[in-house]
Amino acid sequence: MALDSETVRRIAHLARVRVPEEELELLAGELSNILGWVEQLGEVDTETVPPMTSVVAVRLPMRDDRVDDGDAPDAILANAPDGAPGFFAVPKVVE
Amino acid sequence: MAGLTDLTLADCRAGLAAGDFTAEELTRAHLDALEETRPLNAFVTETPERALEMARASDARRANGQAGLLEGLPVAVKDLFCTEGVQTTAGSRILGGFAPPYESTVTAKLWAEGAVMLGKTNMDEFAMGSSNITSHYGRVENPWRAAGSNRALAPGGSSGGSAAAVAARAAPAATGTDTGGSIRQPAAFCGIVGMKPTYGRCSRWGIVAFASSLDQAGPITRTVRDSAILLRAMAGHDPKDSTSVPRDVPDYEAALTGDIRGLRIGIPAEYTMDGMPEAIVGLWERGKDWLKAAGAEIVDLSLPHTKYALPAYYIVAPAEASSNLARYDGVRFGLREAGDGTDLTEMYEATRGAGFGAEVRRRILIGTYVLSAGYYDAYYIKAQRVRSLIARDFREAFETVDAILTPTTPTAAFPLGEKMDDPIAMYLNDVFTVPASMAGLPAISVPAGLDGDGLPLGLHLIADAFEEETLFRVAGVLEEAAGFTARPGMAG
Repeated sequence: MALDSETVRRIAHLARVRVPEEELELLAGELSNILGWVEQLGEVDTETVPPMTSVVAVRLPMRDDRVDDGDAPDAILANAPDGAPGFFAVPKVVE
Repeated sequence: MAGLTDLTLADCRAGLAAGDFTAEELTRAHLDALEETRPLNAFVTETPERALEMARASDARRANGQAGLLEGLPVAVKDLFCTEGVQTTAGSRILGGFAPPYESTVTAKLWAEGAVMLGKTNMDEFAMGSSNITSHYGRVENPWRAAGSNRALAPGGSSGGSAAAVAARAAPAATGTDTGGSIRQPAAFCGIVGMKPTYGRCSRWGIVAFASSLDQAGPITRTVRDSAILLRAMAGHDPKDSTSVPRDVPDYEAALTGDIRGLRIGIPAEYTMDGMPEAIVGLWERGKDWLKAAGAEIVDLSLPHTKYALPAYYIVAPAEASSNLARYDGVRFGLREAGDGTDLTEMYEATRGAGFGAEVRRRILIGTYVLSAGYYDAYYIKAQRVRSLIARDFREAFETVDAILTPTTPTAAFPLGEKMDDPIAMYLNDVFTVPASMAGLPAISVPAGLDGDGLPLGLHLIADAFEEETLFRVAGVLEEAAGFTARPGMAG
């Protein structure tokens, strides 16, 4: 599967990663190479094979639905690049 | 104090117990070595004050008759483990300055057993790499040099800072994480022991996530015994990681009986690669002979889907990474770039465009693509089906053998800067380590010899799920037979 620059631009937007215009073509080439290489998986007959859903055979445990941590707004906000007291601040999203 | 940095964890433990030296003296010796080996760039953050404080507290506990499993033992921590109040970068610009308000479960267990933190080790950005060149905080150098050359070599990756620090005697042991070989490949390149436990053996809570179905923490040490000592303290069930298994942690050291008589060791035909250096082929042969001489039976076997493990990995791992790394949005922690300031999407794109390096960006894009509408079944589900077949190959093999022996890497350490233009050539470094990762199995790399240039090479053992004791037992015999005593040129 060969990707063109337009597809890379679209994926980059989906991933919310800015890619400079002049790098789109190089990336399209690199990603096409990688996807071309993984295409060899097509040689494997997996018709009757279920996809792996759990690496180790364990049942996901249930736990009690109760609060066991929290009430630490200052610690949670301490690393925020921008914040008003008690809040994370983001650019305006509602006009 | 000369000589303290050459001691293994087991030696340090014995010396501290006998009162030959204090934890503070031991820590100071390693802090000095850390300074001497600073040109390797093995650490992103050194924590000398905290180390001395922890060492003095350890000496005080010992004086009161209390001693944990790792009492007073200095340990370096890969910068992927969150450490409360100490910058945790994952090798990325996007996490520069991030000081976690909590401690990862694995490191919390180390400190609870009395260990002393020397600092946070450098690594490939978000653990994506096999060279330690992708770190935003600069490349790490391997303390080894090829004979007659002063060219800097890659320490391997992604736990390259941990491996370089332990090989250079700046730390007797370090934590690492392994997603497709990130403990075992750098251990092989640096001539030390690197062990990846069964998926679920160690809690992933508080470890910056790369690929959640593959990531696993493990020990990086200079001996198999030290690996067993450190794993015992790191492992165990944690209610905060639902994939960590509720099983008791055995005393892995007790498994080092030296007796492997009657064990069956499998040699998979598919691990013979065209163009593999003669030194590696020869070492693998010697490995078989050593185990046979110790009373094991060598059994040829086939793992037919081996060649598909790496391409399947390069779908599964980037897919999971693209999802995990969505959290770096410039809002709650880390870097924020406003872009042209127009709106939230602009801020996300500018932040992530500036914060991620080339390899991380590549993998996020691949992952986003293979998970996108119309491609999910063709790529992601296909890869997970192939993964089931890889796991089945191993399951069938372990019906007849107790462990599998392979080389760890297809080459010795390569010069820094090579293979950078070709992502796939770099990915091939992990061709022997990725299959066990895909199946969630425990595996270990043991330094077993030098190539013609005097560079270390590792042998790799894989065991069945939760058979870490078998793995350590065989690894101990391999280590003893190999008698690897070579030291890197640059060591503190």
